[in-house]
Amino acid sequence: MAVTIALAGNPNSGKTTLFNSLTGSNQFVGNWPGVTVEKKEGKLKGRKDVSVMDLPGIYSLSPYTLEEVVSRNYLVDERPDAILNIIDGTNLERNLYLTTQLVELGIPVVLAVNMIDVVEKQGDKINLDALSRELGCKSIEISALKGTNVMEAANLAAESASGSKPNPKHKFSGSVEHALAHIEEAAVHSLPDEQQRWYAIKIFERDEKIIEKLKISPDTLKHIEADIQACEKEMDDDVESIVTSQRYQYIDSIIKDCSKKKKKGDLSTSDKIDRVVTNRWLALPIFAIVMFIVYYVSVTTVGTIATDWANDGVFGDGWHLLGIGSSQYEEAAGEFEVEAIKADAFLEAADESGIDTSAVREGLESEDPDSAVAEFQAIPEVAGLLADAYITDEDGETVETISVNAASFADAALAPEPDPAEYGVWVPGVPILLEGFLTAVNCAEWLQSLILDGIVAGVGAVLGFVPQMLILFIFLAFLESCGYMARIAFIMDRIFRKFGLSGKGFIPILIGTGCGVPGIMASRTIESDKDRKMTIITTTFIPCSAKLPIIALITGAILGGAAWVAPLSYFIGFAAIVCSGIILKKTKLFSGDVAPFVMELPNYHMPTVRNILSSMWERGWSFIKKAGTIILLATIFVWFTSSFGWADGSFGMVDMSDSILAVIGSGIAWIFSPLGWGDWKAAVAAITGLIAKENVVGTFGILYGNLAEVSEDGAEIWSLLAVSFTTLSAFSFLVFNLLCAPCFAAMGAIKREMNNTGWFWFAIGYQCVFAYLVALVIYQFGMLFTQGAFGFGTVVAFLIAAGFIFMLFKKDSKSSKAAFATGQ
Amino acid sequence: MGTLKTVKTGDTVKVAKINGAGAVKHRLMEMGITKGSEVYVRKVAPLGDPIEVTIRGYELSVRKEDAEMVEVE
Repeated sequence: MAVTIALAGNPNSGKTTLFNSLTGSNQFVGNWPGVTVEKKEGKLKGRKDVSVMDLPGIYSLSPYTLEEVVSRNYLVDERPDAILNIIDGTNLERNLYLTTQLVELGIPVVLAVNMIDVVEKQGDKINLDALSRELGCKSIEISALKGTNVMEAANLAAESASGSKPNPKHKFSGSVEHALAHIEEAAVHSLPDEQQRWYAIKIFERDEKIIEKLKISPDTLKHIEADIQACEKEMDDDVESIVTSQRYQYIDSIIKDCSKKKKKGDLSTSDKIDRVVTNRWLALPIFAIVMFIVYYVSVTTVGTIATDWANDGVFGDGWHLLGIGSSQYEEAAGEFEVEAIKADAFLEAADESGIDTSAVREGLESEDPDSAVAEFQAIPEVAGLLADAYITDEDGETVETISVNAASFADAALAPEPDPAEYGVWVPGVPILLEGFLTAVNCAEWLQSLILDGIVAGVGAVLGFVPQMLILFIFLAFLESCGYMARIAFIMDRIFRKFGLSGKGFIPILIGTGCGVPGIMASRTIESDKDRKMTIITTTFIPCSAKLPIIALITGAILGGAAWVAPLSYFIGFAAIVCSGIILKKTKLFSGDVAPFVMELPNYHMPTVRNILSSMWERGWSFIKKAGTIILLATIFVWFTSSFGWADGSFGMVDMSDSILAVIGSGIAWIFSPLGWGDWKAAVAAITGLIAKENVVGTFGILYGNLAEVSEDGAEIWSLLAVSFTTLSAFSFLVFNLLCAPCFAAMGAIKREMNNTGWFWFAIGYQCVFAYLVALVIYQFGMLFTQGAFGFGTVVAFLIAAGFIFMLFKKDSKSSKAAFATGQ
Repeated sequence: MGTLKTVKTGDTVKVAKINGAGAVKHRLMEMGITKGSEVYVRKVAPLGDPIEVTIRGYELSVRKEDAEMVEVE
């Protein structure tokens, strides 16, 4: 007979460790339908007939958090055959609070008292027999970490499934039991016997979700309400508090018989760590150091190497196996670069002295550069020309000045570009290998393009970020399971709650400066559903590394390389997060029941390697699976629309300027006119930016300069762009692209994390509208102040700005206090 | 008599009553802050809020505005 065991317990009780050792690699991770809460299930090791359902970590079965609602809906509606309730033996009182509720459900419960090794080490004793007797369910001592009694616990739960229903021993005080008896008779007598008590207690607590579910008639409800109020009057408290208090009183009464605690003496190791880590003066510096390490490893160093390897190596030209040959190649490439600078300097000097260099410039690109150079050298003025080439370091400081004459120019211009494949062990990238294969089998050009530019690029977009993501997930898993993550929330809460984010919202934003995809995935660590959604929506406002080329292009081409643009971009991104937080918090979607920030600060402990790795893999895999499809399809769609179109009266593969995408771009360009860049090319660039933000630069190269390839900052087309954009329209374009919907990979991550189509579109819609409005206000106000242009657009901009400021400073109509006072 | 918000760091107090209603009150109680329970105020966060207390043998962080709802003896 197939048996389902639900694994329930408090957060930090060792549930994940237990689940991992019960199911091994045989688990499925997803989300509960339509919500952001994670759902895990698996088959018990060695017993195919027993499945284990891991419920979210919860403290209670009240309806106040999404995790609790999800858990209790599952327990009440799906009715698993047995519940394995894992409780932290070092923290019995609070853990048993959930147990007192679980045993009322009418489902067999087995108590697994975890961390028994720690309990013994502290010299404490737990009397399991007494515990079982008092609570009316079986119990077993386990150590999830050491694997002690783990399978026995699961087997006990599986056996109890067919056994007798639990018989909760706990009785509330006389007047409460009296009211419960009335409720059972009046409202729930049609339900199976063993379920009546739980429902009756919930009705007694005025649990709206349950009352709605049972469809109790208003008459009955009125009748019950009289009982409840009588009880409240007698006890001088509200019903929920009465129930909670009495549960704890009951736990206090049984705990004396069940547990012997040794008097606490010295500070525990965990306490000692905490004294330093959340110390008034040291907490912030330590936090900064931890964040720096996370950022440095997962974003700048190892993370970048991993992403570059995946994007430019595996899904690019190729890479040197184990780095063999990399340094030699880089040396050669460096030498080549110096030659290129020398050649350029000489040609520029020639231009300045009035020599026509167009022939030689063209010749160098042609099949026969030698003769072009020879002809150039033959020009009399060239022979006497001397130029200075400046070799600069990373900061743009000149480190060497080389004098170039006609002879050394020839050497420099004709120096062969080194091929990385000739150095060390070169592994060609997937596109290169495929292209070679497809060309060899004479594959049709459109099919080759579909495979290479559509599918492989799409798969690359999905997988390219995975290595970096996995590195980040290791950090997150470590910070979470060692107990520091809760301290981050503790330290940062004061700042972040002001704009509706959790203290843990800091990490997604920080990671988002590197790449928004892992940034969004990092929102998992935030408990409150609303905080999590808010973080998912706003994280990508911060400029990620792929947006840097856009910043560089616009800055270099139009804003004269101004140094303030990049810092300002980050400031705008951060301001967008803060303002969105403040504004969204006041909307219906995010107001209402504020999840109370009453958070456990768990003991510090060393996490197991296995837990960290399995958490890393779970999250990575679920991204690939859940986000992969949307990224792939979207990439193929943009590939199709940008490479096909009507040219010369027939449909087929065309240049981008004749493509469907160009038609779409022309069709929607008017939308962007109020932003100052109603040019179809800019619109198309913004669309291709959805594949990957750095594509904006490449698209500009194609559309403005007819160049198949441009450098990262698009320096080749700066002068051409400067003609089409004004300072203002360029800045507006930049702001729009920084804030609008992120790339498809990040959208996939949003979809995966929101796990709800409505919320996904809300997030994307909000980002685009927000970006549009900000860019519009910037452009219109800019026009007003610089050119005195006043028109319809200016009025609209004023209205938007006024509305924005109003939302920002409006008093929160449903402030948390007011909501709680009325008991909403 | 005062509220948990005003208790000095390092002091242990007994909970007298929990005011207010709704989610926050209920959550505070569910986490073990019930009438008669002992609360030890461990520390204040570096930025002055929230506070960390020990209740029923474990550590809990509570915002000052929520701590104000807890009357102590």
